[in-house]
Amino acid sequence: MSTSTLTRKSVSNIPVKKKPVNWRRVGAWALVAVAVAVTVAPFLWMLRTALSTNASLASNAGNLLPADFNLGAFKRVLGMQSPEEAIAEGGSGAAINFWLYLRNSVIFASVTTAGQVFFSAMAAYAFSRLRWPGRNAVFGLFLATMMVPPIFTALPNFLMIKNLGLLNTFAGMTLPFLFMTPFAIFFLRQFFLSMSREVEEAAMLDGAKHLRIFFQIVLPNAAAPLATLALLTFIGQWNEYFWPLLVGQDENVRVLTVGLGVFKSQSPQGAPDWTGLMAATLVAALPVLLLFIAFGKKVVNSIGFSGIK
Amino acid sequence: MMTTLTKQQQDPAARPGLPTAGKTARKGRLRRLGDLKMALFFIFPAMIGFVLFYLVPTIRGVYLSFTEYSILGDPTWIGVKNYTAMLGDELFWNAMGVTVQYVGLNIGFQTVIALGLALLMHRVAKSTFIRGALLLPFLVANVIVALLWFWMLDYQIGIVNEIINWMGLPRIAFFGSEQWAIPTIAAVNVWRHMGYTALLLFAGLQSIPNHVYEVASLDGASPTRTFWSITMPLLRPVMVLVLVVTVIGSFQVFDTVAVTTGGGPINASRVIQMYIYQKAFGESDFGYASALSVILFLILALVAFVQMKFLKGNESDLD
Repeated sequence: MSTSTLTRKSVSNIPVKKKPVNWRRVGAWALVAVAVAVTVAPFLWMLRTALSTNASLASNAGNLLPADFNLGAFKRVLGMQSPEEAIAEGGSGAAINFWLYLRNSVIFASVTTAGQVFFSAMAAYAFSRLRWPGRNAVFGLFLATMMVPPIFTALPNFLMIKNLGLLNTFAGMTLPFLFMTPFAIFFLRQFFLSMSREVEEAAMLDGAKHLRIFFQIVLPNAAAPLATLALLTFIGQWNEYFWPLLVGQDENVRVLTVGLGVFKSQSPQGAPDWTGLMAATLVAALPVLLLFIAFGKKVVNSIGFSGIK
Repeated sequence: MMTTLTKQQQDPAARPGLPTAGKTARKGRLRRLGDLKMALFFIFPAMIGFVLFYLVPTIRGVYLSFTEYSILGDPTWIGVKNYTAMLGDELFWNAMGVTVQYVGLNIGFQTVIALGLALLMHRVAKSTFIRGALLLPFLVANVIVALLWFWMLDYQIGIVNEIINWMGLPRIAFFGSEQWAIPTIAAVNVWRHMGYTALLLFAGLQSIPNHVYEVASLDGASPTRTFWSITMPLLRPVMVLVLVVTVIGSFQVFDTVAVTTGGGPINASRVIQMYIYQKAFGESDFGYASALSVILFLILALVAFVQMKFLKGNESDLD
């Protein structure tokens, strides 16, 4: 499809001149290269800093290689250094409990993703396969809530979670995300509507109940969109900051994003623990980066229709 | 979005209910109710989530905005006092000004850069790998992106200031000076979102049929002319949707501000969501904070409406 655009261009340009076309492409590729460099370089800088030591950073500020190559920052973040060692290397000496935050992030992101995707799939089934009075009205109401900004519901939700005594519990952190998002229902409904219904109708004639059809036909057939949605939801939940900041301040439930914020503010006066901070951000970003390397194509190809809600 | 919705509303009703064969009056009533029982079962969990965490909080948020409420005790009804207080609240107007400045810088640069990248993806760089690389910052948490740039833009030893210094220019206190704080935060988020926005626009570019370009080229239109008279008008519906989504997101900037400047220096980067957060959780003034979020909600709804209306996001020039 797009190749024909190219041939058309070169054909119309050949009789006049050949070189300018090439220069144009060189220029375009140079822009692409700049864009990719600007995007990727900061991540390399993150790695370079994490592999340096705080003491040498200042004197090697412009050096592209790690200043005094060393794994101390990673050790400090992962709790493999004694407080004395940590302070000697420019850390704050306070415990970082990285593994605890990592565990909390895993619990928070996977529980909310599993619940949200599954319950949204159930609702999408009711909106796409079942016939009942008021269906379109209810669906419209669900869609309308996509317009409500999260901050608007965050305050009353916080008050409710607080009144229920669920502050600083996983229940309080996950409940608002657990049952649905309007977007997930919309996304899955569109897929269910586009799926062929022949097998389902045949099963229905054989007397299969909706539950069986949902679990044995619809869910397996929609495995690909379900996986895409789960991936996008997981990444979003992994990165969530505002809600966990409100209800999950306590160490026991603190997730990585909130932990990183605290870690930054703990930095000793004068010279922040830059290498520790960069090591921590790198390790915190790692799960998402690994997921992206494994399923990158799926994510990239899903952006077109999922982003525009 | 509009077209897909209306198209698909008709067909789901047409098919289910095959086994209904008898025609007694009772069956007729059953048919009207359709699969209601089953539907209630399937929709039950989502309904709980919807009512408890979307519907009730929305109503409660509006109610709280007319009260004085400090968490302790019960909310006291005070009518529109919160709203009238807002009119004379300098910090509120400052927050609005700061937010608008942020949105302007953020959306302006982001949209232009993303459009350029989308065109490059469409015409030159077709590899998924390049698209993936450009998407990378969007997948990393706001907090991580903010901390990364907080380090790179450090006044003393950040690499950006090293480069500026090496070029013989004076160092810049990116996060530490009043005039630079908001442009810096806007730039950081342009960096995070440009690849994502470009992918959305790229999807829009791909939906423009090729024959339109072929006709233009037969008529001898220059690339610039083709861009302005064909690409831009045909991209408009997608562009409007992208603008609505990104502007609404941009108005709610919080994470980046919270971990870098915290709203400072002085009031230079206290965006509206930061102000709401401080009112509610710093000063326990939930009534006033609710009123602020009602206003934010109204602004967002208005922005979306105006964009759809005046940029005619619902119509396509293709038809």
